[in-house]
Amino acid sequence: MTLNMGPQHPSTHGVLRVVLELDGETVVKAKPIIGYLHTGMEKQAEYKTYTQSIPQTDRMDYLAPMSNNLALCLAAEKLLGIAAPARAQAIRVLLTELTRISAHCVWLGTHALDIGAMTVFFYCFREREKVLSIYEHVCGARMTASYFRVGGLSADIPAGFLDRCQTFVDEMPAHADEYERLLSKNPIWLARTRGVAPLSAADAVALGATGPILRGSGVRWDLRKNEPYCDYDQYDFEVPTGEHGDAYDRYRVRVQEIRQATRIADQAIQKLRAMGERGDYRLRDFKYVVPPKEEVKTSMEALIHHFKIVAHGFFPPVGEAYQAIEAPKGELGFYFVSDGTPRPWRMKVRSPSFVNLQTLPTMIQGRLVADVITAIGSLDIVLGEIDR
Amino acid sequence: MALAPARVEERLRERFTGTSIERQTGEAVRDHTLVVPADRLVEMAAFLRDEPELRFAMLSWVGGVDLLPREPRFEVIYHLLSLEHTCRITLKVRVHEAEPHVPTVIGVWPTANWHERETYDFYGIVFDGHPDLTRILLPDDWVGWPLRKDSPLGYQEVAFTHNTPGRMLPKPDLTVLKPKKVRYRAH
Amino acid sequence: MTDPRPENPFRVLPAPAENPPTAPAAPGTEADAAREDVERGVLFPPVGGMVNWAVNQARANAIWPLGFGLACCAIEMMAIVGPRFDISRFGAEVFRASPRQADLMIVAGRVSIKMAPVVRQLYDQMPDPKWVISMGACASCGGVFNNYAIVQGVDKIVPVDVYVPGCPPRPEALIHGIMKLQEKILASNVQVGTLTLAPPRKKKGAA
Repeated sequence: MTLNMGPQHPSTHGVLRVVLELDGETVVKAKPIIGYLHTGMEKQAEYKTYTQSIPQTDRMDYLAPMSNNLALCLAAEKLLGIAAPARAQAIRVLLTELTRISAHCVWLGTHALDIGAMTVFFYCFREREKVLSIYEHVCGARMTASYFRVGGLSADIPAGFLDRCQTFVDEMPAHADEYERLLSKNPIWLARTRGVAPLSAADAVALGATGPILRGSGVRWDLRKNEPYCDYDQYDFEVPTGEHGDAYDRYRVRVQEIRQATRIADQAIQKLRAMGERGDYRLRDFKYVVPPKEEVKTSMEALIHHFKIVAHGFFPPVGEAYQAIEAPKGELGFYFVSDGTPRPWRMKVRSPSFVNLQTLPTMIQGRLVADVITAIGSLDIVLGEIDR
Repeated sequence: MALAPARVEERLRERFTGTSIERQTGEAVRDHTLVVPADRLVEMAAFLRDEPELRFAMLSWVGGVDLLPREPRFEVIYHLLSLEHTCRITLKVRVHEAEPHVPTVIGVWPTANWHERETYDFYGIVFDGHPDLTRILLPDDWVGWPLRKDSPLGYQEVAFTHNTPGRMLPKPDLTVLKPKKVRYRAH
Repeated sequence: MTDPRPENPFRVLPAPAENPPTAPAAPGTEADAAREDVERGVLFPPVGGMVNWAVNQARANAIWPLGFGLACCAIEMMAIVGPRFDISRFGAEVFRASPRQADLMIVAGRVSIKMAPVVRQLYDQMPDPKWVISMGACASCGGVFNNYAIVQGVDKIVPVDVYVPGCPPRPEALIHGIMKLQEKILASNVQVGTLTLAPPRKKKGAA
C-alpha cells in the first residue's frame, strides 16, 4: 500500500511530503519529496549585496536565526580576508550558543509532542521565550534577528544584557534536568525511542549526515572542536556522542549539547566582562565595514565610507570561499563566488537538514510505520533550510 | 597531525599521471581547489575515498556555478571532507553548455543523490548514471533552469500609486465593516 | 452617462448593470412589510436577530484553526499555543490536523509555487463557514521574497479575511488578528441556505 504523508501534516515539522510504501505496518520504502517551501534564496542572493542577504538567512533555519547569520558573515569575512575583533567574536559565540539552546528546546518540545509527551512542549517553549526576550533586548526582533554583520555586529550590546544572559545561563541547567527527569528514564519514552530509527556510523558518513545525527551514531566530529572558528578553541567544553545511533541516543546528545552550550555561554560572559562593558564591536577596516555611527557624524572620511558601503556595497576581491559552522542541525556552510562587484556571483548554501533528510529512508527501512514520526522528529529538520 | 591539501594534490598527481589536474589560483581563492576532467572524476573520487592516507569519506556538498559569458559555461563543484585527517579539498569539473553531462559520483558517496538532483534542477546539468534525476525543489512541470544567469529572477512589479497611472486608493465600505458593539472588547 | 473616474483596478466583479432593477413600491402597512421580509427570505426579524447573535457568538468563541504552518510564522503560531501567549483564552487552542474539521486556516508562512495547489485543495476541503487569516508579510503580499518561487500573496489563491503584517508578526499581533476576525464573525449575517437570519442592514442614503 502506498501512503502519502502529505505536505500538510501535524508532525512533519513543516511542509515535508513522504511517500511511504507499506506492507501491513512495515515500511518497505520511503521517499521524501521536498520543494514545497522553495524560496529561491540562492537566486535572490545574486541580486542583493552580502549585507542584504543576511535577513534572508534568518528565514532559512528559522529556529536558529543567529547561527545562519553567523555562517554567512564568516564566509564573507573569509572571502574578504578579514576577521572580526575578539570582543565581537565573544558576543557572537554567546548568542550562537543561546541560539543552540533555543533550537534544541524547540526540537525537544515538538519531538516530544509528536510522540505524545505534551508537557515537555510547554516547558521547552517557556525556555525558548526567555531566549527570545534576550534576542529582543539585543536587536529588537524576537526571531529574525539579523544582528551580525560582515566584520562584527550591527550594534553594540545594550547595558544590562550580560546580567540578563547570566541569569538565564544560571537557571538553564536546572531546566535541562527537568526535561531529563521527565523523559530519560520514562518507560514510554524509552519504548518509543530506544532502538528506533537506527543509523550506523558508516551509513551516516556515507550519506553525509552531520551534527547530532553523526554524533549520535558514534562519530566524534564537531566543527567547533575539529575546525574551530570564532575563537572556539579558547572555550572549554565537551562533545557528547552516542553509541547506537537510534533516536534515544540523538535525544541524549542534544540534551547534553544544551548543557554544554550553557557552559560555553557562561565562559563567553566571563570573557566579555573581562574585556570591559564597552569596546570594539566591528572591525575598523572601513573599506569593507561601516564605521561606527559616532564617527560618521563627525568625520568626513567616515561619512564617505558609510555612504559607499551602504549605498553601493563593499567590493570584495575576485575569488571564492566556503566556510562552515556547527549549527544546531549540523554543518551549515556558505560558498560565495565573487566577481569583484558588491553582489555575489553565486551563493550556495550547504544546509545540514537537506543532507540529513537523505538518511530517512535508511533509518526506517523495514521498521513500523509508527516509527516514521519518531524518525522524522529525531532528524530535527527544518524545511526552510532544506528548500531555501 | 592533519593532512595538508597540497599533499592531497601531490598524491592525486602521482596516481593519475597524464590527467590534467590544475590548481585554481586567484587573488582570493581561499580553498584548495583542483580542476579535474569529467571522464576521470569517478576514479579520482574512489581513490580519494579509499586511499588510507587520504580517506575523504564524506562528500560535503555538490553545487553548480554558471559563468555565463565564459566558455565552458558551468562548473560543478565537489567539496570533500576527510573526518579522520581533518582535511577539506574542492574538486571542480568544467561543463560545456552544449553537452552538459557529468558522470554521477553516487556510487562513491550515496549522499550525492539529492545534491546532483538539485544541481540538475537549477542548471540543467545531467548526471549520467543517476537513478532518479528529477526536479527536487521546483514543481515537476516547471520549464527552465532558474539559477542560470539568463533566467529571470521573476520579480513582479508591485502596484503603488506612484507607478500605476490613474490609480485610486480603494475606499472600503465602512458601513459594512463597522462591527456591532461587543461587550467584552479588550481595547 | 460615462463615469469620469478611472477604472478601479481592484474591481474583480463586473460593473453593475446600466439599469438597476426598480425597487418595489414602498410598503404601506406593517403587515405588508413583514410579508415582504418573509418573501425576501428573512426570518422573523427579532427572532432572527437573536439567533444570528447566538450563532455568531458560538462561531467566534470556538474557532478551530487548521494546523497549517508553512515557515517561520508557524513558530510564532506555535508560540501562541505556548503558555506565554495563550490562545486558549480565546477558545482557539484546538488546532485540528484535518481540514474537514477546521474552520480557520491561518496561512503562516511563504507559499511557494509548488505548495499553491495544496493550499487551494485544503481550502476547498474545509467545510463552510470558513475563514482565512493571512499571517505575515509573505502570505499577505510575498514579503521579502519577490521572485520566481513565491506566490505574491496567498489572496491570489484563496479569499482572505484578515491580514496580519509582520515578519514574523509577534504572537500578540496574531492574537490581535484573531480578535479582529472574531469581530468580523460577530458582525456577519448568518445564512442558512437561502434564508438570512438577520434583517439586512439599511445603507445610509442608498435607495
